[in-house]
Amino acid sequence: MFAGDQNGLQGDPRLKAISEAIRVVPHFPKPGIMFQDITTLLLDHKAFKDTVDIFVDRYRDMGISVVAGVEARGFMFGPSIALAIGAKFVPLRKPRKLPGEVISEAYVLEYGTDCLEMHVGAVQPGERALVIDDLVATGGTLSAAIRLLERAGAQVVECACVVGLREVKGQHGLNGKPLYILVEPRQQINCSAPPVNGVETCRHDDLILGGNFGSPVNTTSKSD
Amino acid sequence: MSSPDEQDPRISKISSAIRVIPNFPKPGIMFQDITTLLLDTKAFRDTIDLFVERYRGKDISVVAGIEARGFIFGPPIALAIGAKFVPMRKPNKLPGEVISEEYSLEYGTDKIEMHVGAVQAGERSLIIDDLIATGGTLCAAIRLLERVGVHVVECACVIELPELKGRERLGDKPLFVLWPSLKGLFGLHYCFTIDLIATIGEKTRQPLRQQVLK
Repeated sequence: MFAGDQNGLQGDPRLKAISEAIRVVPHFPKPGIMFQDITTLLLDHKAFKDTVDIFVDRYRDMGISVVAGVEARGFMFGPSIALAIGAKFVPLRKPRKLPGEVISEAYVLEYGTDCLEMHVGAVQPGERALVIDDLVATGGTLSAAIRLLERAGAQVVECACVVGLREVKGQHGLNGKPLYILVEPRQQINCSAPPVNGVETCRHDDLILGGNFGSPVNTTSKSD
Repeated sequence: MSSPDEQDPRISKISSAIRVIPNFPKPGIMFQDITTLLLDTKAFRDTIDLFVERYRGKDISVVAGIEARGFIFGPPIALAIGAKFVPMRKPNKLPGEVISEEYSLEYGTDKIEMHVGAVQAGERSLIIDDLIATGGTLCAAIRLLERVGVHVVECACVIELPELKGRERLGDKPLFVLWPSLKGLFGLHYCFTIDLIATIGEKTRQPLRQQVLK
């Protein structure tokens, strides 16, 4: 579900500003990928605050006691949301970063697999949890996060991302869990953000839906 | 250089929420695990509040956080004091144009990176990380910001490992910490005490080092 589809947030100027604050970096980490760079959002204090506020307004009264953030960009959004709604923050990390006892969940990448870990004892059975990341692409990482929390007995209420495609639900299904997204990926680069490789780029104010810069698959890509 | 008033009741609750894990990531290292602090909603809130109370109204426009645990503490502080948040990352994580700074490890070197254009000359900045050990990473972060003309006002960490002399390595750059930790050496606050005594017995021939690897 997109934030802008909902009553109350339709036409909300905060969403437009959030979208425009996100920089698109072409061909990163590899050719054909239009990387959605949220670090420029973090430089815009108002847009960053609005991002957190929109999530907090949604989740404040849902009885959520756990906000799980996916390493590393989920760490940039999750703790502020957790603090505001009175939940604990649980980092979900790459292998061997968390000390002490962990549970691990493998997930499939385009080539090969990766793994996400969570501390044993971080969540209790019956707790209601939110999963946060900056962006959802195929949903593989989020699906692994959901499985980790469910294995610990928590109930995942929703997954929340700043950026995502409408079509993601069809690819991995997120185990049937709802997904809440603020903005769609931008396909055009904008010059309101710092130059890319020293080159100023043209500004486009409208969200461009669909369309590719290169290959027809993987126009967005999830990395940490 | 300063530490907060030790009478502040929030400090002792914060320090007791931090878990010590012996022999992580390798034998002889007492790892200061802040993830248990993040599970204590009041203690985590107090941690952020203590930094915000110190830095609000000081004309700080940049909070730079060091990957990855600096990403947990930095953004809430930045949002509360009206500053932007700038992630300082391991190599090849940031897209687009970056500047890099190399620093020494016990064996070899590592590098941190920051986006070109994230900060402007003349801005006033904090650097945040969960812990200062030898100070190598923080020094590299200071150099990165100063190279582009930013004034680093202070480095701020939840925990200091004083035995590793990071504070001296920062030189004249101020360091603010919530907890100077002796728990790595004495470790008496947690149920790992038995393991710790066994560990010290086993490791008496090796120095008990406090290095924390990110």
